[in-house]
Amino acid sequence: MSEAAERLEIFLGRVPYVRFLGMRAELAGDEMTATLPFAPHLVGNVVMPALHGGVLGAFMEMTALAQLSVTSPAPRVHKTIDIAIEYLRPGKAQITYARADVRKVGRQVANVHVEAWQEARSKPVAFLRGHFLLSGA
Amino acid sequence: MSPEALREIARNMVETVPQASALGFKLRSIEPSRGSILTPWREDLVGDPDTGVIAGGVITALLDHACGLAIISMATDSRTPFSTATLDLRIDYMRAATPRADIIAEAHCYKLTRTIAFVRAHAYDADPADPIATAQAAFVLKRGPVA
Repeated sequence: MSEAAERLEIFLGRVPYVRFLGMRAELAGDEMTATLPFAPHLVGNVVMPALHGGVLGAFMEMTALAQLSVTSPAPRVHKTIDIAIEYLRPGKAQITYARADVRKVGRQVANVHVEAWQEARSKPVAFLRGHFLLSGA
Repeated sequence: MSPEALREIARNMVETVPQASALGFKLRSIEPSRGSILTPWREDLVGDPDTGVIAGGVITALLDHACGLAIISMATDSRTPFSTATLDLRIDYMRAATPRADIIAEAHCYKLTRTIAFVRAHAYDADPADPIATAQAAFVLKRGPVA
């Protein structure tokens, strides 16, 4: 296992909320893809059924933090300063994927964009833009 | 709609929606244009294992849900009940939530058109004047039964 993959494993294993969501993530080279398998407790609308908007937001925020644990390793978890989530489609009762793009890492703050999709990446379900306070900064 | 009927819909929305019940949400109050929800701290919801601070994702879901509740409260002024879908949600995290403390979210739907609701919300633990996070959101309304 590469050093980056080890850092990711440690991050995912240490954060209890990652287990609550049931989120996983894998590295292919320096590209990380996070997956959120469908689970009944993630539903926000039982009639459709659809994932809770907060779950999609939370999954994308954790994707950003997981990506930062790889690209900006620190002994402590980085802190979220703000996030802006845009919802494009309902999250269906199926697996969701997300990828984070670290746009800028400054001395104190990182800017990260995240995209979430289900059947096809060309049909995103949601976007997130966030600023994160780098731990140890 | 009577206050009792509204409270029943609100309780249903806060305590039986699967994600809300998985997080342990409890209805605090509902009145026209405003709603409030409480969520307890739980070890399995921790986002920072070094401090025990609850994950931002829990606050995101709580604020989103409180916003939806504030919108549903406007159903008193409407013949047709509706469900809501989040269009966008912006959250500022002012400080870490206190470990082991309950978190309260209060939301206010300050403008409702036929199709869109505009909502502000904040989350705090001990003191409403010392917020953990604030939110600004827009929702699309879907006419029909409340989901």
